[in-house]
Amino acid sequence: MIDLLGIVDYGVGWAVVAGIYAVFTLGLNVHWGFTGLFNIGIAGFFAIGAYTSALLTTPSPDTALFEDFVFGGDLPSRLGVLNLGIDLWFVIALLAAATACGIIAFAIGFLTIRLKEDYLAITTLGIAETIRLVFLNEGWLANGSRGLYNIPKYLGGLVHPEHYNYLYLIVVLLVLGFLYIAVSRAINSPWGRVLKAIREDEMTAQASGKNVALFKLQAFVVGACIMGVGGALYAHNIRFVSPITFDPLMATFVIWAMLMVGGSGNNKGAILGSFIVWGIWAGTQFLPGFLSDPNIRLLMIGVLIVGVMLFKPGGILGEERRFSNRVT
Amino acid sequence: MTSVVELELVVNGLVMGSIIALGAMGLTLLYGNLKFAHIAHGDFMTIAAYLVLFIISVPLSNIGLKAIGLGPFTFGYPLLVALPFAVLIAAFAAVLLDLGVYRRLRNRGSGTVVMAMASLGVAIALRGLVQIIWGGDIQQYPRMSKLFFKLPMDVRIPPDALFIAGIALVVTISLHLLLTKTKIGKAMRATADNVDLARVTGINTEIVILWTWVIGAGLAAVAGVLLAVFQAQLLPIMGWKFLIPLFSAVILGGIGNPYGAFWGAMIVGVSAEVATQWINPSYKPAIAFAILIVVLLLRPRGIFGVRD
Repeated sequence: MIDLLGIVDYGVGWAVVAGIYAVFTLGLNVHWGFTGLFNIGIAGFFAIGAYTSALLTTPSPDTALFEDFVFGGDLPSRLGVLNLGIDLWFVIALLAAATACGIIAFAIGFLTIRLKEDYLAITTLGIAETIRLVFLNEGWLANGSRGLYNIPKYLGGLVHPEHYNYLYLIVVLLVLGFLYIAVSRAINSPWGRVLKAIREDEMTAQASGKNVALFKLQAFVVGACIMGVGGALYAHNIRFVSPITFDPLMATFVIWAMLMVGGSGNNKGAILGSFIVWGIWAGTQFLPGFLSDPNIRLLMIGVLIVGVMLFKPGGILGEERRFSNRVT
Repeated sequence: MTSVVELELVVNGLVMGSIIALGAMGLTLLYGNLKFAHIAHGDFMTIAAYLVLFIISVPLSNIGLKAIGLGPFTFGYPLLVALPFAVLIAAFAAVLLDLGVYRRLRNRGSGTVVMAMASLGVAIALRGLVQIIWGGDIQQYPRMSKLFFKLPMDVRIPPDALFIAGIALVVTISLHLLLTKTKIGKAMRATADNVDLARVTGINTEIVILWTWVIGAGLAAVAGVLLAVFQAQLLPIMGWKFLIPLFSAVILGGIGNPYGAFWGAMIVGVSAEVATQWINPSYKPAIAFAILIVVLLLRPRGIFGVRD
């Protein structure tokens, strides 16, 4: 019986991470799935979201601890009664993370959004690496390689720490659900149809009088904001962020694998892919013997990506076809 | 005094630039002929570096070839024996991957991103393979510490740097001869220029593509081994981290243009080293990238490239 409970506890912790990854995958779907923006610098927005939220909410550094960083927002105690007993700081932190990513994405996109897709890819990869280097080298900003820890839990006082994951899973799923509905509505709106038109044929979209660069920039900013929310959710789950967290493999390419497996251009596919890939990633550690070696997992994820490209290039779900109501 | 320091940085940058050039020339040929960003290029460098480590420390060592410190260099001649084998294995693996993966995608008319994602899968799998076989810790080729050369103007460089520059020069000239004097080289340039036109002229583009893989992977293999010699260490992510300078050089030089990639590599190598005089050396990878952004904004087709 106790064993069963342990498994459920583990499953809940796993689902929290999968749900957070699903948020990133939704953001990537806005970039790649709907607009065709080849962003391989998700890690950059991941980092900015996570660090923004962490810096805003952790207490100011204690000088006795040889901390380097200067700014500690300590939002939970500063808000005090204004928290209204529902830890309002969390909402502010998520919004701030989204805003920070939005601003950075606007600045990057303003300069580079006109570039061809593979140029944009290299650019985003470089920006993500630069952002990581800044957090690593500028100790005053976010404690350098030591990172930020003791990031507060949302509604942490409400339940016993042992069961906290259950509560946080609900929070993550609520945020994910909200974003899913928002993105789906946006994509089915005229705005979303323009994005898809740009993805399919930029020239035609331009010829139809659409300001292609502006729409791409908007999509880039919206996707980045979603990734910022994902970063913040991550920071308050693991409660520790350091530059190591944001290496390209775990913070960018796993998310790409998730979107490709689930089905690019399909929000349900994006979420499904996150749970499947994270399931494989986490599940393989229970394999017998040498198969549980994390390096074997790396190999398997690589082979999985190649396999999906070869045999199921549209992903498991693929894009939903939409017809006009009048024509069907 | 400051100008002297600068000169040493320039020399170091040129050595780094030669390594980048070896990788970037192959990468740009692949990019031009296959029309996708080969993300596994860095990991081909890594696996070749590790293959040489394996060949030196197992078969060669078992038959008694253990020499180190050849002439002024830190490594022994076993490294020179092992290098061609690593190049061949890398080239063979690239051809196999093309036949098994990329050709199928190509025949299906897959877009550039699907191909790039497939090569990303290959990159991740290769890194997994390296870590499974050799582990994640820092490794070294068997080596003997050597005194630095003192060049005029107080420039000090490790002797290995001369070896690296020499190899890079020989390989670059051979590539130039191959591209301009041989039939397959000319066919390669024609295919990079315009696939359809090349096909109409009777060029078998599939054969050209296989040769491009052989050359691209072979050059990457040499670059990987030289990088391991220059940095005096091997790490599973050494090649992956090299992607940004590689792609910077490729784009600086104009995609598909190996000569452009060569000069692009020199620019990236030298400016990243020289910039450390004013800014924190740990920002070195960001410098290549900053140059890239500036060039993309001012000249989206690269400094030397005119092709679309």
